[in-house]
Amino acid sequence: MATKVVMAQLSPTMEEGKLLEWKVAEGDRVEASDLLAEIETDKANMDIEALGGGVVLKILVEEGQTVPVGALIGIIGEEGEDISALLEEAAAAASVASGAVEPGFPEEADAVVPPAPPEAPPPAAPVPPVVEPPHSKAGESSVTGTVKASPVARRMADDAGLRVSDIQGSGPGGRVVKRDVEAAIAAGGTVARATEPSGGAAVAHAGAPSGPRRLADETLEPSQMRKAIARRLVTSIGPVPHFFLTTEIDMGRALELRKALNARLTGGKIGVNDVLVKVAAEALARHPEINASWEGDTIRRHGSVDIGIAVAIEDGLITPVLRAADRKGLLEISTEASELIGRAREKRLLPEEYQGATFSVSNLGMFDIDQFTAIINPPEAAILAVGGTIEKPVVVDGEIEVRPRMRVTMSCDHRVIDGATGARFLETFKAMLENPLELVL
Amino acid sequence: MAVITYRDALNRALREEMRRDDRVFIMGEEVGEYDGAYKVTKGLLDEFGEMRVRDTPIAENGFAGLGVGAAVAGLRPVVEFMTWNFALLAYDAIVNSAAKIRHMSGGQFTVPIVFRGPGGSALQLAAQHSQVPDPWYANIPGLKVCAPATPADAMGLLKTAIRDDDPVVFIEGELLYNVKGEVPDEEHLVPLGVADIKRAGEDVTIVAHSKMLHVALQAAEKLSAEHEVEAEVVDLRSLRPLDLDTYVASVKKTNRAVVVEEGWPVAGIGAQVVDDIQREAFDYLDAPVARVSGLDVPMHYARALEKIIVPDADAVVKAARHVCYLD
Amino acid sequence: MAKAEEEIMGAERADLQGIPREKLLEMLRWMVLSRRFEEKTAEAYQSGKIGGFCHLYIGQEAVAAGAIGALREDDYVFTAYRDHAQALVRGVSSDAVMAELFGRIGGTSRGAGGSMHMFDSEVNFMGGHGIVGTHLPLAAGVGYAIKYRGGDQVVLCFFGDSVVNGGPFHEAFNMVAKWELPVVYVVENNSYGMGTDIDRVAAVDQLFTRACAYEGNRAEQVDGMDVLAVYEATNRAVKRARETSRPTFIEARTYRYLGHSMSDPAHGTYRTREEVQAERKNDPINSLAARMEEGGLLTDEEYKALDAEVIAEVERAARFAESSPVPGPDEIYSHVYADEFRGGLDRRDAWR
Repeated sequence: MATKVVMAQLSPTMEEGKLLEWKVAEGDRVEASDLLAEIETDKANMDIEALGGGVVLKILVEEGQTVPVGALIGIIGEEGEDISALLEEAAAAASVASGAVEPGFPEEADAVVPPAPPEAPPPAAPVPPVVEPPHSKAGESSVTGTVKASPVARRMADDAGLRVSDIQGSGPGGRVVKRDVEAAIAAGGTVARATEPSGGAAVAHAGAPSGPRRLADETLEPSQMRKAIARRLVTSIGPVPHFFLTTEIDMGRALELRKALNARLTGGKIGVNDVLVKVAAEALARHPEINASWEGDTIRRHGSVDIGIAVAIEDGLITPVLRAADRKGLLEISTEASELIGRAREKRLLPEEYQGATFSVSNLGMFDIDQFTAIINPPEAAILAVGGTIEKPVVVDGEIEVRPRMRVTMSCDHRVIDGATGARFLETFKAMLENPLELVL
Repeated sequence: MAVITYRDALNRALREEMRRDDRVFIMGEEVGEYDGAYKVTKGLLDEFGEMRVRDTPIAENGFAGLGVGAAVAGLRPVVEFMTWNFALLAYDAIVNSAAKIRHMSGGQFTVPIVFRGPGGSALQLAAQHSQVPDPWYANIPGLKVCAPATPADAMGLLKTAIRDDDPVVFIEGELLYNVKGEVPDEEHLVPLGVADIKRAGEDVTIVAHSKMLHVALQAAEKLSAEHEVEAEVVDLRSLRPLDLDTYVASVKKTNRAVVVEEGWPVAGIGAQVVDDIQREAFDYLDAPVARVSGLDVPMHYARALEKIIVPDADAVVKAARHVCYLD
Repeated sequence: MAKAEEEIMGAERADLQGIPREKLLEMLRWMVLSRRFEEKTAEAYQSGKIGGFCHLYIGQEAVAAGAIGALREDDYVFTAYRDHAQALVRGVSSDAVMAELFGRIGGTSRGAGGSMHMFDSEVNFMGGHGIVGTHLPLAAGVGYAIKYRGGDQVVLCFFGDSVVNGGPFHEAFNMVAKWELPVVYVVENNSYGMGTDIDRVAAVDQLFTRACAYEGNRAEQVDGMDVLAVYEATNRAVKRARETSRPTFIEARTYRYLGHSMSDPAHGTYRTREEVQAERKNDPINSLAARMEEGGLLTDEEYKALDAEVIAEVERAARFAESSPVPGPDEIYSHVYADEFRGGLDRRDAWR
């Protein structure tokens, strides 16, 4: 019996995919799990594998074409098998899907492919993480179906001026339910759909190649005052009430340390960024109140320190996640980070590799930026924006000295973090960098 | 307020109504000399005599039809079925005659009759003696149907049913006869077609009636004690008219509902309740309404299987957690 | 008895079998009315003015006229779905019966019942019941109510021959016999249950013997084509019921000339044309008229005048029915319950 090869849903938010390259041709014999094609999703380039063995009887989508998730792109079966019914089905489905695919007439098909939806900014760091899904309003059907939401959730969202399509659903199959809308309202707006909720992050952790988790997640009941702060602050600046803390750090010793270590390494090289990630992870381990998320009614303190590293890639950003960074040595961090960043640039990250960070670091130093503020990537509670390390005159012990100085600005979610809390974290972060021996304390 | 059994509450209702109105009489198998198969009619023969407490042959269609005729002629019969399973033989009298005569005569004749008896499963009575007749009658325009769960409601509803000018199907719970509860000492009437909120709550509405009310209340306590869910329990009391205003209002408040019944799922009472909820409270729902019903099979004799077939509090708890998105 | 009455009234013969001329004329008129009414009904049915199931009584007139003729005004009558003649004889106006057939507001049930469900509380006409056998226990119940109140009314209950094979027949006879209820049951044995000869489905030769199984019951068989025989038998049964509160079962052997209903053939697979024609020769109306003429109780002119008067009544009834309003939508929910249905009966009836 012939089996269908369809445009698989390769990420939670994927609605369509572009066929980059066929790895097989019509007539080729394939076995189950053989690589069939490479697909570009909204997040990354992914592989489609054969679900069963047989001969590739038909290829329905040309390279370069974009088709909706679920669309038939090829057929595998036995030689000489009658696949006319499947082809008709594909044709019918294609015409229903506004003629997204016209088997055998790829050029014409191209002509009728609807314009791609606005590119969803990835769940990365220093750009506003507000996702604009292709739905124009709540409940409107998309290419792949409707936004699942309970009636009362829709009504409450409407009343609050929110769109259910902007709200991450926690119900079965991602259904947006009452508590999600309540959380979104409490958050003063949206919990962006494109980001993974902390619940989902936990699932991602399970499959992530990280060491044993040091602690289980802990759910805290916020105090009345904390609830009031959360309520009040969201009415001021957007869904996540940001505030910013800036400090300037003397990088002298850190750079020396890095240099010394690199001198002893045969392969690979520890980058400044690796040091920052390591130090941030250690500081987070000492300040678990920063490694947390606001969840509407509760605050989740994450048991694992998973640091997102903002990586600029062609036409966007992505944040590969370094799991359990506080448990890893600098070398391990460096190796893992460079591997992740490399694949991020090739758009070859798996969803669980770029979702579910608990804190992010964004570094624009290489662009000669002295200082900037980053937008928090919910549900993380903070992000650290790192500027370039600049030689500048400073007063040290009454003397003017030229020192390598780096400015960092931490954006904090005021629902979770107060000014003093954030300041204490930065104090630790700064102390560790200025005196790397702190790391071993 | 006296604490009496459901059985005695029914007995008191019959006695009071028979004293009040000499058109009221009771007939059925074993209602007289034997004092009633379930002792609901205990002592009535002695007080009211044979013409008003009539032992009948085992001929349900015959004596139910006779009751309908007597009602049309102006009496107020209470026809007891030893169980509602036997009343299937009288379905013609109830459905084709009692429920239709008023309509077919263009309103010239009324049929003030009460058909009553126990329904539902008891203990190991197997397939023919364990059925829940509720939807068979609730479906019929021309009938009124009630199924009380507590002694006070049993008394108040039976008295109202006897005074009602339309045929009333009064379904008692075979396992409820020994249930005790407070019953007012004074005259107590409960209107037909009015549900009662037996427990207030904010998180989920549980709709139930008859024996399942007690299961629902038990589940509500568990939900509160173990799951931090406060359930509102609506006792339908009447199955026709169904008091949709009460359960719709409750669901509008809680946004979630579990509908419990002892009978079978297909075209059951719960199916109607769910329909009413989706129609009148669609925009208030946070989850598809869950139904807990008897399993879709004839009743098993074996105790272990019978226990599985009849809904219990754990099933209701599970359903409530589900609609609250707690699993 | 007849002798004594004759003496009192003088030399002129004023009766047949002791039944006074007035009563004879009344029963003759009822039979002619029943006949003419059903003829008009057939015509209206065929022209589409009457719908549904419609069972005509032509041929059986002597049973209704003779049996109901034996009743008092406060007695009760139950019957099955072949009920037009029973209603007319009981005193329901021909206007109302015809209007009911037409489905109009002026009908006995305001158009809710139709052919099979004539009811009139004014004359204790307890209905037209559509399910075979279902009304026998109901009639017993009215008997129970009479006894309960200590009254002396009687219930007369007609049904067809098919009923004797069903449960309600036996359940009802057992109860009326055991509890001594004043009910007179009359089976109109026209030999056919729809298109099935009763001999093919009943394990009994003489139907009246079925009721003999119940002690306290009395059963007899009469010629149902002879109105006087039916009248006399019912008189005996009514007297027994009224005076001793005991039931009687009368089997009236009769014959229906037409098909079971308007949609059924008069003859065909189950009986022959010849059989029907032969039975028509024994017509109950003709035979009573002939005997009355023979006895000097009726002239040909008188009969023609009576017939003309009946025809005029039936025509008037048809005109009344035609002009009576069709029930409005408000009637749909009007007679389902005695009181307002809580929450509204139309609450779930959307899209109408």
